Formats: sequence, C-alpha cells, structure tokens
Amino acid sequence: MNEHSISSGSLGRRLLVQLLFVAAILSALLYLAVRAVANQAAESSHDNILGASAAAIAEQLGTDADGIIIDIPYSAFSMLGAISDDRVFYRIDIDDETATGYEDLPLPSSIPIDSKPLYYASRFRDTTVRIAAQTRVIPVNTKPVRVLIMVAQTQRGQDAISARVANIAAALGVGFFLIAGAMSWLATRSAVKPLYTVANAIGRRGAHDLRPLKSPVPSELTPLVTSLNDFIARLRSSLNRTETFMAEAAHHVRTPLATVRTQSEIALRQAETDTSRKTLRNVIRAVDESSRSASQLLDHAMISYRSDQMSTEKFDYTALVKEVTRALSATAELKDLVIETNLEKDVQIVGDRILIEIALHNLLDNAIKYSSFDSKIEIELKTDTHGIAFEIRDEGRGLDGNKPCSLIERFQRGNNVRDIVGSGLGLTMVEAIAIAHNGTFELKQNSGAGTCATLLL
Amino acid sequence: MRFLLVEDNSDLALSVSERLKLDGHAVDWAASLEQAHICTAGIEYDLILLDIMLPDGNGQEFLHAQRQTNSNIPVIVMTAQNSVSDRVALLDSGADDYVTKPFDFAELEARCRAVLRRRGGTAKNSIHFGDIVFDPLAATIVVGTQTRNLRNRELRLLEILLSSSERLFSKAHLVDRLFSYSEEPSENAIEVYVGRLRKKLDGSNVRIETVRGIGYRIHSG
Repeated sequence: MNEHSISSGSLGRRLLVQLLFVAAILSALLYLAVRAVANQAAESSHDNILGASAAAIAEQLGTDADGIIIDIPYSAFSMLGAISDDRVFYRIDIDDETATGYEDLPLPSSIPIDSKPLYYASRFRDTTVRIAAQTRVIPVNTKPVRVLIMVAQTQRGQDAISARVANIAAALGVGFFLIAGAMSWLATRSAVKPLYTVANAIGRRGAHDLRPLKSPVPSELTPLVTSLNDFIARLRSSLNRTETFMAEAAHHVRTPLATVRTQSEIALRQAETDTSRKTLRNVIRAVDESSRSASQLLDHAMISYRSDQMSTEKFDYTALVKEVTRALSATAELKDLVIETNLEKDVQIVGDRILIEIALHNLLDNAIKYSSFDSKIEIELKTDTHGIAFEIRDEGRGLDGNKPCSLIERFQRGNNVRDIVGSGLGLTMVEAIAIAHNGTFELKQNSGAGTCATLLL
Repeated sequence: MRFLLVEDNSDLALSVSERLKLDGHAVDWAASLEQAHICTAGIEYDLILLDIMLPDGNGQEFLHAQRQTNSNIPVIVMTAQNSVSDRVALLDSGADDYVTKPFDFAELEARCRAVLRRRGGTAKNSIHFGDIVFDPLAATIVVGTQTRNLRNRELRLLEILLSSSERLFSKAHLVDRLFSYSEEPSENAIEVYVGRLRKKLDGSNVRIETVRGIGYRIHSG
C-alpha cells in the first residue's frame, strides 16, 4: 500500500516565504532610507548655495546719507545658475517694505536673526520654490535699519536629482531583494536538506529492515529521529512477539496432531477388522488434511503480507530450484517417481526469495500429488526473451477438461481429484506470487498425459 | 538402527518410540537438551530426531553444540514451523533434513535413508537372507554376483517381509504400509509390487509365497 500522507504545506516553502517577506521589508526600508538621505544631502547643499547667494547680497549692502545702497553682485546669481537652469527670484525688504525684487515672494514664518539664514520651501507662482532668507542690520544716520534679503529658486533641478536618486535607491532595493532571495532559497534548501536525508535513509531500506536510524542528524531533528527509532523498536518487538506467538501456537497445535497421527499409525498396524482399518485411515487423512490446510493458510497470509512490501534481492534461482527439489525428493520417492531436472546454470533472479520458494514448492508438491506411481516429473529452468521460465511437467491425471483458470481460483479444485488431499489454495498462491513479480502463471494439458505448469518471471 | 529422540512432549515421544520400535529400531528418549547431551556423550547413535522447542532451550543450540564437537551423527529436525526461512535456517545450522509435524513415518523413513545414504554408511546395515544380501540404504539386493536396484516400494515391501520372515502378512496390512493414506489403492495393487519383487529375486533361493485369500510370506531355501 502506498498511502501518501496528507501534506500541510511545504516547510521549505514556508521558510522561504518568510525569508522573502523579511527581505522585501528590508529592501523597502533600504529604498526609503537611501532616498531620504540623498534628498536631504542634495537639499542641504542647495540650501548652502542659496544661503551663500543671500549672504553675498547682504555683504554688498552699503549706506550713504539718503539711506541704503543695494548693489546685487553678479556672482550672487551665477553661483545659482551653476547648479541648474532653474529660475531665480529675490526680494529685499528694508524695514518691512519691499525695496526691490518680487514683493509677493512669501516671507519666512519668523524673522531670521544673527545673520543666520533661514531656509524654507513655499509655493510661488504655481511652482515650489526653495527660499533662503537672511537679515542684516545696517546703521543709517546712527539709526539701525533692518534689511531682509530673500533668494529663491525653483525646484526642477532638485526634482531631477531626486528622481535620479529614487531610481538608484530602487535599483539598490531590487538588487538587495534579489540577492537576499537567492540566499534565502539556498539557506532554505540547506536547512531542509537533513529532513530529506533522513527520509531517504528510511525510504531506501528494505521492507524488513527494522534497525534503528543511526546516521547523525541536526539537533532540531533528534526528537523526531528518537521517536522514530522508538517506534521502530516497538514495531520490531511487536513483530517478534507475533512471530514467537505464531511459532508457539504452531508447536502446540502440531505436536498433539503428530501424536494422534503416530498413534493412529500404530493402531492401524494392529487393526484386526476392515472397519477399524478404514476408520483409522480416515483419522490419518483428516490429520494430514488439517495440517496441510494450516500450512497453506499461513502461506497464503504470508503472500498477502509480503506482496505489499516485497523484498527484492538478487539470488541464485537454480540453487533454489535444486533445494526445493531436494526437500520434496523423499515424498516423490515414496511414489517411485523419477524427477528429471534440466536446469540452466547460475540463473540469477531479482525477487522475493520466500515467495518464489512457496510457489515452486506448491507446483512440485502438486505434481507429486497428482502423479501416478512409477511416473516421471520433468523440471526445466531456462531464460529466454520473455524472462525466466520454470516449467514442470507430470504424467498424472491432467486437467481432464477442467478449465485452468477455474483451478487457479481460490478454494476451487478439479472434479477429478476428489480422492486426493488438497485445499484448493496452491495454484491461487502461485498465481498471486507470479502477479506480485509482474510475471505470469500458465497451466495447460500436456500433449501426452498429465499437466504442464509454467511460471514465467 | 539406534535413534535418539529429543522431544519434550511425552505423549508424542512415547508414540514415536513405539512406532519406530515396530519397525525394529532401538530408541532412546531425551526430554530435554540436558538429557540429550548426556545421551550423546555415552552412546553412538545412528540418527537423532530433534524437536526445536524444548523446555531448557532451543534445539538449534543443541545442533550447534553437536556440530562444534565434530559429532557427525545425522540430525533430522521435527519442526512445527511452517515458514520457509525457518527451515532454511535449520539446514544452515547443520541439520541434515527436517520433517514438519505431523509427519508420515514412511516419509520419515525415506528421509532417514536418504540422509544415511548421503553420509555413506551403507555396508553395516545390509541384511543376509537365504543367498541374497539386501542393503536397504543403497536400495540394492545382491543375487549371486549380480547387484540389482530396487524401486522404493519394492524395497519397502522386501523390508516388511524380511522384518519377520515366515510370518504371514495380509494384503490389507501391506496396503497400509506401502501406500500413503491420501491414496485409496486396491489390494490388487499389492500383487503388482509382489510380482516385480519376485522378478528381482529371480535366481536366488528366496521365495515370496502367496497364501490364497490371505496374503504373503517370505522364506528361503
């Protein structure tokens, strides 16, 4: 069963999203900070020039008997022209009355003192201007006169600088985000990697490998691996208990059966009448039948259990066929059967050894059971383009018109074999094992007498 | 043959012993691994029948200990285990063969013969009767200078008849001992095998006599 567990989202993706979110915030902050710092720097240098221009005008103020002489130096405006083509305005107020310049140029909110310039932005003639305002107090006829000098410049050049700075800041932000994103991705991958390592270590294991996980893991994963190992240990001990229980159960059931069978054989030896002989033979038959059914039911359970999680090891198929043949040769000998083997040497197969052994055992056991005395069983093992074929031919009673597919069905037996002990599970198991290995099982009537069974894996 | 039976269930042990004695074998019974060790220390057995689950340990340990001490006595394990891997493990740990409980004595005998044959101990088991020499392990009879092979059923028939020469064996008795219980052979089937065995005995002074309506007996001279 390959049941996929329900995913509650990817841990790696969640981590990546969080890291990217943080990177995005940092990028935005970087963008804003770069822009603010650069704008401020640009503005303060602009202010300085505006201030210098106002100071130059203030410097050139002179006096005579009539009053104040205003002589605007050329340099006061040329230094402003050096930064951009922006328009320049000025206004000079003497004692709160505009002496020259634009009288609607907005006044500062407070009067600057100590000849320190005051800088502010304001709307002027549908545009924004930056204004530097400075006062100078000049004595005229010993009476102090306050002169307010204001120099303003439109912001187009400043805006262009701002836009350029914004572009650079944006590029910096995006670049930072991309680099941070890439690093987040790498960090996420390396953070999640141990999880995959653990998952792979478990996934690569054979179906019956219940050893604890020993490879080193990051400390965050230790609780997971520890509980996983606990779980594996519990599973192993539970399986061991089940196996011990099964073995003991088999022992306790089969030992008395063996006693019954042996005592029946002894009694049969000493039987005087045909009736008691018949009874005792029936007892022995019943014991054999129940023992056989028990074995086959266990084999059948084993097949359903192992087909789900087949172990796929490579083993010597030829040697397995030889061992199965050897194990059953005594049974064959009792019926004076000759087993002829024609086995290709060193045939290797990948599959579940125990399952294949059950299949071979069942096929040979069937052949022996249904063979007549003094006959021959031929076993052949050969590889061809379709795979490895194990073929077993007997000279027994054959299928006698029974359909092969009906004999393979569970608990179905041919109507010509009622006199022979059997459970009707043998061929069902062989077929199930063939399917589990992506192979086929075929049963057909021999050209002469008997049956030919082929297991193609 | 002399058997050592290692089995903790006394009911089974007694019936197996009795059954083997019926075939003329000597059987010693050990109910635990400890007793088994004592038995093997003093007596040279032809074959050990070993149960796996014993009160004082696993039969496999005994098997292992036996093989460690270079003891070469053949061991046939009586197992209740069904799984193939368990049986493979038994063979790997030094057992010569195994039978699954409940077992057929004819099959057990066939396995014993096969094991002893593999171990090469034939000559000492041969039986002289009349002017023939019968070797049950090799499944041969020697008539004059000729060695003749016997098929399994001929061999068992001769063994049964020779186990008590001059005794009259009924057809029914012979059917019970020659054929498996899952088969339903007619008593006429016995005649076929008696006929074959007579042919194999041709030229010797051993005769199988038919007692009409009752059965057969063997005698020489």
